[in-house]
Amino acid sequence: MSADGLFLHVPFPRRGLRLMKRLINFKPPRLPALMLALAPFVIVFFVYVAASNARLELNPNDKLLPAMTSFGSAIQRMGFEVDPRSGAVLLWLDTASSLQRLGIAMGISAAIGLVFGIALGAIPVFSATFSSFVASLSLIPPMAILPILFICFGLGELAKVVLMVIGIAPVIARDLQGRVLEIPRELLIKAQTLGASSWQIVLRVILPLVLPRLLEAVRLSLGSAWLFLIAAEAIAATDGLGYRIFLVRRFLAMDVILPYVVWITLLAYAFDRLLALVGRLAFPWHYQEKRV
Amino acid sequence: MSAAFIEATNVWKRYGDNVVLERLTLKIAEGEFCSIVGASGCGKTTFLRMLLGEETPDQGQLLLDGKPLRNEPDATRGIVFQRYSVFPHLTVLGNVMLGLDLRNRWCGRLFGAQRRKAREASLDMLGRVGLENAAQRYPAELSGGMQQRLALAQSLIAKPRLLLLDEPFGALDPGIRHDMHELVTTLWREQGLTVVMITHDIKEGFALGTRLFVFDKVRADPHAPNAYGSRVTYDLPLTKPAAVAAAA
Repeated sequence: MSADGLFLHVPFPRRGLRLMKRLINFKPPRLPALMLALAPFVIVFFVYVAASNARLELNPNDKLLPAMTSFGSAIQRMGFEVDPRSGAVLLWLDTASSLQRLGIAMGISAAIGLVFGIALGAIPVFSATFSSFVASLSLIPPMAILPILFICFGLGELAKVVLMVIGIAPVIARDLQGRVLEIPRELLIKAQTLGASSWQIVLRVILPLVLPRLLEAVRLSLGSAWLFLIAAEAIAATDGLGYRIFLVRRFLAMDVILPYVVWITLLAYAFDRLLALVGRLAFPWHYQEKRV
Repeated sequence: MSAAFIEATNVWKRYGDNVVLERLTLKIAEGEFCSIVGASGCGKTTFLRMLLGEETPDQGQLLLDGKPLRNEPDATRGIVFQRYSVFPHLTVLGNVMLGLDLRNRWCGRLFGAQRRKAREASLDMLGRVGLENAAQRYPAELSGGMQQRLALAQSLIAKPRLLLLDEPFGALDPGIRHDMHELVTTLWREQGLTVVMITHDIKEGFALGTRLFVFDKVRADPHAPNAYGSRVTYDLPLTKPAAVAAAA
């Protein structure tokens, strides 16, 4: 074979493939995209049902993979009937307690993170003093100091909230510090040429510019917040979603655990969407900027 | 020519071994419109940053109105940068009102009658730069030229004595650039400002203002290109009828 023959040979594409775009350029249309998105959920559901049926056929008392009817009755029992011992509907009692802890902790963390983040980013003297300290704090694994918190703050609400705050506030603070440092120097100079003092610059320029970032930081840290919440509830609590899951684990009550996990996932998803929506409504300029 | 408004005497600036400016001496009278041109790295931006208070001379003296410049930016000097000159989180009107809002030292906002007056003054200023119809929009919705108009309006409402322009039209299309030249000339005449503008574009330097400075290195060592700094190599008064009339 001559060298020319080797190099000049251009393989003709197989018929039919020529009309196909490259995989990286092919975007599924809207409806098929929706069906594709649903497919994994449907598949998992049917795999579960099949596996559950198979096990229950062998042993009707099997607790590992309960049937859908068992879930139905568990949801009915936990979510709609008053528990005779506590006098409350357990799912709502647990949800209320957990969300209260989560809300208080996220509020406190966001406030601390915002104040420290702005101070660290905007005021060099403050940053020189506290930057390394906050960086070190944020590296402590919060779960490692959970025993200390239980010793210091008792087994009540305080210890759980403090755990979440210790886990989240330094992360938010460091994130916002970075965001403040990302603000173009030109904007800070411009504000000074308009006569702004340090305080006014923080109030009118830096704070509004990082507020949407705060919302994003809170959104991202919700995942770890749930982690800390459930861990703290699992160890010491008398109600709460995490408490309930760990309580019924003793009875292998998968019919309660799985709906609780789904419920927690739905709550987490709802908060994520809610925060994203609030961001879009409250800070339209932030999202316009991203589009440009 | 009246007493010098800006006076640089034997100014030096070094960054490590890199000499940027050496023996820079110039005088600018109040009300002049000076353009500074020069190659990249000739120190024209460094000089502007000194006028702004972001940098201080290593040697020599830089006086504004007979007094040494304050070493941080303040309201005597306005600035328009090539980019990032306006606040993305404020509407067009909010951007202009900010300069007035900051008169309230605690919360940086005006209320009641003061606010209404500030709003009127801001809308008036927006009218002068042709943005009265965009008052409620955010900067991200504006074109590059509109953003620079806004930046001008925002700077001018704070009534600076000295307006610094750092390649303000560098990123604009030629047609829009021409409109902006007219706008800047008009505003400069109306407000009796002193303007110092940096530009890459020599034609722009000649087209605008009353005076053109060229920054360049007088001495050069090919083996050590950073050993010597720039100074003013040409100082050309521009005698266009309009410019002369305005400077008088």
